[in-house]
Amino acid sequence: MSAPKTKQLLLDPVFKNNPIGLQVLGICSALAVTTQMNTALVMSIAVILVTACSSAAVSLIRHRIPGSIRIIVQMVVIASLVIVVDQILKAFFFDVAKRLSVFVGLIITNCIVMGRAEGFAMKNDPKASFIDGIGNGLGYSFVLIAVAFVRELTGSGKLFGITVLQLDRENGWYNPNGLMLLAPSAFFLIGALIWIIRTFRPEQIEEA
Amino acid sequence: MDLQHYLALFLKSVFIENMALSFFLGMCTFLAISKNIKTSIGLGIAVVIVQAITVPANCILYRYLLRDGAMSWLGESYAGFDLSFLGFISYIGVIAAIVQILEMTLDRFFPPLYNALGIFLPLITVNCAIMAGSLFMVERDYNVPESVVYGIGSGLGWALAIVALAGIREKLKYADIPPPLRGLGITFMTVGLMAMAFMLFGGIKL
Repeated sequence: MSAPKTKQLLLDPVFKNNPIGLQVLGICSALAVTTQMNTALVMSIAVILVTACSSAAVSLIRHRIPGSIRIIVQMVVIASLVIVVDQILKAFFFDVAKRLSVFVGLIITNCIVMGRAEGFAMKNDPKASFIDGIGNGLGYSFVLIAVAFVRELTGSGKLFGITVLQLDRENGWYNPNGLMLLAPSAFFLIGALIWIIRTFRPEQIEEA
Repeated sequence: MDLQHYLALFLKSVFIENMALSFFLGMCTFLAISKNIKTSIGLGIAVVIVQAITVPANCILYRYLLRDGAMSWLGESYAGFDLSFLGFISYIGVIAAIVQILEMTLDRFFPPLYNALGIFLPLITVNCAIMAGSLFMVERDYNVPESVVYGIGSGLGWALAIVALAGIREKLKYADIPPPLRGLGITFMTVGLMAMAFMLFGGIKL
């Protein structure tokens, strides 16, 4: 495989064809874990790993999967990988795993993982599928981390739990915006992010 | 006393802990299938039915097979097993199987209902709200009757949210929205405003 194609597979999903911004996939878990950079980062790594490995695994056995039961086969591959990730998190990062609660399990039903397995890995060789999985995972992480950055900074004046803006209740100057820690702000931020992306890429505008 | 407890759980799962608007679950289908009221009602009903069956089914599975020491009813020698790490794969298996069975049953015995819900049923397997219902049930340690109430309640809450959003989106067609915000962008903003409205229920103490 030539170098430019690898680069294309890796970077296209981040900006040009972002899984969250354009394909409306995998938003479910994207919103609930973004109040802090820590959880967002762990979640991103977990999703990148699962997407890349499941795409590669599905692609390896793609000629042996009967068409009628392919969804179940993909589910089983993905679910097994998620169990591995969940066990690792519980063993080494217990407090983060507690905060992510059910959302680690929900990677199974994250449509990005299923979508890549079904849409790309069933037709391409393992290496390309692996890179495609990483690329789409990165696209997802990009949105997740961007949203988490804004939410944690404006909501609690911190990044990764380290105080950046001194809060007024601790003799500082910054008055935190409580709304940013609540559910609706994530929707506004993703809405705004889509608005920004589409302003610079007019070809993505929908005719509604 | 008992009845009050179940009623409280029901109201809580419909309004206060609304699957779609306070946990953002089932968002993919929530945003994709909410363009008009008729289809969203169909999908809503399908979600309620599947949720009401799968949550109790997974609850029984968890309590009598997977939980630490759950198999003690089989005899002393089985008491030491802890299969809870198999949770994810069994729940998704149960969900996929029940959706398939439901589809075949409806096709055989209630063709009109099948024709109305048919296209939505396969979509439900990958709906995170269904999977999350089972996972929350495990995390909060509901017993079997509680899981029935919770399943119906959370399904209804999701259905309510998607029908409401579809209603708003139908009206939005007549609004003049800046082009880059059209479609997905404005839908996110609308859902954000709806989620804010639903947060008011959070003040209710049950």
